[in-house]
Amino acid sequence: MEYLIIIISTIFINNIVLAKFLGICPFLGVSKNTSTAVGMGAAVVFVMTLSTIMTYLVQHYILLPLGIAYMQTVTYILVIAFLVQVVEIILKKVSPDLYQALGVYLPLITTNCTILGVAILVIQNNFNLLQSVVFAIGNSVGFTLAIALFSSIREQLDNADLPEYMQGIPAALITASILSMAFMGFAGLV
Amino acid sequence: MEQPISLKENFFKGIIKENPVFVLLLGCCPTLGVTSSAVNGLGMGAATAFVLVMSNLAIALVKNVIPDKVRIPAFIVIIAAFVTVVQLLMAAYTPALNEQLGLFIPLIVVNCIVLGRAEAFASRNTAVASMIDGLGMGVGFTFALLLLGTIRELLGNLSFFGYKLVEADGILIFVLAPGAFITLGFIIATMKWLKERESKRTH
Repeated sequence: MEYLIIIISTIFINNIVLAKFLGICPFLGVSKNTSTAVGMGAAVVFVMTLSTIMTYLVQHYILLPLGIAYMQTVTYILVIAFLVQVVEIILKKVSPDLYQALGVYLPLITTNCTILGVAILVIQNNFNLLQSVVFAIGNSVGFTLAIALFSSIREQLDNADLPEYMQGIPAALITASILSMAFMGFAGLV
Repeated sequence: MEQPISLKENFFKGIIKENPVFVLLLGCCPTLGVTSSAVNGLGMGAATAFVLVMSNLAIALVKNVIPDKVRIPAFIVIIAAFVTVVQLLMAAYTPALNEQLGLFIPLIVVNCIVLGRAEAFASRNTAVASMIDGLGMGVGFTFALLLLGTIRELLGNLSFFGYKLVEADGILIFVLAPGAFITLGFIIATMKWLKERESKRTH
């Protein structure tokens, strides 16, 4: 039950993009069409789950025993950068199909703040390993949901007759605002 | 051939012409996340500006020592080190602000402005020019955050820097998540509209 609550709250109520403002860059950058948006989402689900496990282990078995928890930011960003590289190399060898689908998005993920953000949130919330994994999955699915919905709306926006200064980013941001309002309706679900 | 630009121009380009938020659209996460009030926007802007200046300076100084292949990871470690410094300083001296900004302080590491300037400017310019560039971009970023924070606070809370102007309820939505998106959307639209009008006038 506890895990179900984590999942629902991370996907709908505290959606990482629309309520917590993490990962806005890819949210605006790679949402021009639905298939790339879903590809980016899938890559985030994959990397976020792995990186949360890794950073959790690093925090509890290296940083805390050594008493250097203040090195958190530096260590995490290195672990994430390293992980993304390894995932890229392994995927290329083991599953060329999956690499083809996710490959282009992987380098972008190192600087995606959702990954580092979730890794730090897990520590701040004092989750155990299983809770952390569920939290990471929930958040990454929430990211995918938001970006997929957003991109399908943006595809329609291209056909809309807007004044020139509203085209592109301004229209996209106002759309995001309305989407975010819609997600506020989920508040009180849990 | 690119004209060598003066220090003054170098500083001012970051504020209006190449404003990181309104024109280049970099660093949107903290821009939207922390600007529910003007003070938060100012604090976040100052923290980012500090990291920008220091990391630009450090990178410009060591750029010849770093092999090209490990350039990006090396930059990230330098940036992360300065972010840690800011994090510890803020926790010690401004605990209330630190609490408000929370997660967004460590996330300066992955703010695209900082790495972007390191890669685009500091890795090929002198230390002084890089510092000025960092300062200009930092001030431009702070200005953007301050503007957004002020508008949201005025509309959402009817207050200015925490000082209540009218004893009434504001439009709550502006301090919540949707308000951030919509305010930034309209600011960018206004800037585009002004630019459009100006180019029409010159033709």
